[in-house]
Amino acid sequence: MDIWNRHFECMDRDDLRRIQSDRLRETVERVYFNVPYYRQKMQEAGLGPEHINSVDNLGKLPFTTKQDLRDNYPFGLFAVPMSEIVRIHASSGTTGKSTVVGYTRNDISTWSEVMARTLTAAGANRNDFIHIAYGYGLFTGGLGLHYGGEKIGASVIPVSGGNTMRQIQLMRDFGSTVLACTPSYALYLAEAIQESGIGRGELKLKAGVFGAEPWTENMRREIEDKLQIKAIDIYGLSEVIGPGVASECMCQDGLHIYEDHFYPEVIDPVTLQVLPEGTQGELVFTTITKEGLPLIRYRTRDLTRLRYDKCSCGRTMVRMDKCLGRSDDMLIIRGVNLFPSQVESVLLEMSGIKPHYLLIVDRVNNLDTLELKVEVDEAYFLDRISQLEALRKKLQDNLESSLGLGIKITLVEPKMIERSEGKAKRVIDKRKF
Amino acid sequence: MTIPQLSVFLENKSGRLTEVLEVLGKENIRITALSVADTSEFGILRLIVSDPDRARTMLREQNFSVNLSEVISVMAPNEAKYYAKVLKILSDLDISVEYTYAFSKGSKSIIILRCSNNEDAIRALKEHEMELLHASELYKI
Repeated sequence: MDIWNRHFECMDRDDLRRIQSDRLRETVERVYFNVPYYRQKMQEAGLGPEHINSVDNLGKLPFTTKQDLRDNYPFGLFAVPMSEIVRIHASSGTTGKSTVVGYTRNDISTWSEVMARTLTAAGANRNDFIHIAYGYGLFTGGLGLHYGGEKIGASVIPVSGGNTMRQIQLMRDFGSTVLACTPSYALYLAEAIQESGIGRGELKLKAGVFGAEPWTENMRREIEDKLQIKAIDIYGLSEVIGPGVASECMCQDGLHIYEDHFYPEVIDPVTLQVLPEGTQGELVFTTITKEGLPLIRYRTRDLTRLRYDKCSCGRTMVRMDKCLGRSDDMLIIRGVNLFPSQVESVLLEMSGIKPHYLLIVDRVNNLDTLELKVEVDEAYFLDRISQLEALRKKLQDNLESSLGLGIKITLVEPKMIERSEGKAKRVIDKRKF
Repeated sequence: MTIPQLSVFLENKSGRLTEVLEVLGKENIRITALSVADTSEFGILRLIVSDPDRARTMLREQNFSVNLSEVISVMAPNEAKYYAKVLKILSDLDISVEYTYAFSKGSKSIIILRCSNNEDAIRALKEHEMELLHASELYKI
């Protein structure tokens, strides 16, 4: 089994720790002198760069959250002048504000490197045809995979999302060997292939790299059975770099974190204390090579645990379990992040409906569906169907443009949505993870 | 000259219409006319009842979304040509009918109309000597 960068991926852990400490020191110095936000936070904690000598001191530093990124929207946490930034991505965020990330030329190179490792770990090489059905654009999925694919010298097919029949035809005609998309889309494709009349024998697929949303071992078996490929889990988030933060190898026993670039910790999301190896908690990353947007102890809200034993593939990089839960209320729907508060802010801006709502998430034919039940305001309700349809259409348009997701709106009678005294139940997620 | 009509927003699920009628039944409210407009997911129940204000209060107490609107009632022989005549009078004046429903009593039809402009509609129908009903007359039918 090939390893893209044996020097780092199989490095002795003591050597790795020294490199991590060196890189952390440089990162802390950079953010202290270049990002007023970090300097202020460190000064408030009575810290200067001289207090952080190694990764052992990391715990002294304050955490960074998604809210901090929003508060400094769009470029406030960038650590280089904009003239050094060569790429900007953004992910959807609450109340209309995106989470914006910027990359220097070196960051793009780092990203390509970790994606090359990811694709190599999935068994891909220069002879492969990589079919990228992740969305291209502000979302990091498409371009992240793209640069990694080019770096390993594979033939990259930037199909992007949508038009499933065409995807299948291209897969057959071009002889795609590696598929990159969300796991739910992989299952959807599998069924579309069965229905298309194109025999599996006409396709050359051998592996798939799937991420951007949580998926279970059962889903993996189903994808592997239906597509007859090896299904590899990949992990990433745009704030840290995009896809390529961690990925499984052919052993499919945990995801190797590329920790020479992204230093992981697992904390108790309530006490914020670092947890011992093997304990489940919230994953926190400190980027130790990034230039454009370095992040110190960034809380991912993803729940997982870390294992430091050597993998049978030979890699020494720490492994994390598949992420199956969150320590906040963020939903991931068709790879798109969604906070219930985003829906609420759209509702509050509209007359005719009450801000009592219930979001129902389900998975039908392997695709996530999103339904919103919302109460009709009596003051607005008159007696015409056309009026109610217009209200529903407007709500749907506003939500779809704000969330970037298709949504079904169901108008319900007043008081049909359960009121609760404590935290309101706003979401029913029927998907099985 | 207009008639108050109750509109009740209903989700399309079994038993909801029954609940509305039971609420009204308990209060001994008489129903003169009823129609349902529906889509696949929700409907609007339209009711002309003997005591609309009390009916509205009762339904609101049971958490129904209720509105009072004004409609017109025309009495005509129960033949299609008279219904057609009523609609033609309105369309000739560019008064649009938002919805209409009707029921028969003996040889007469009672037509209920909601128009884009009820006042203009009433004036036009009167000019053509159509027989318009007052609420009190309608409740006696």
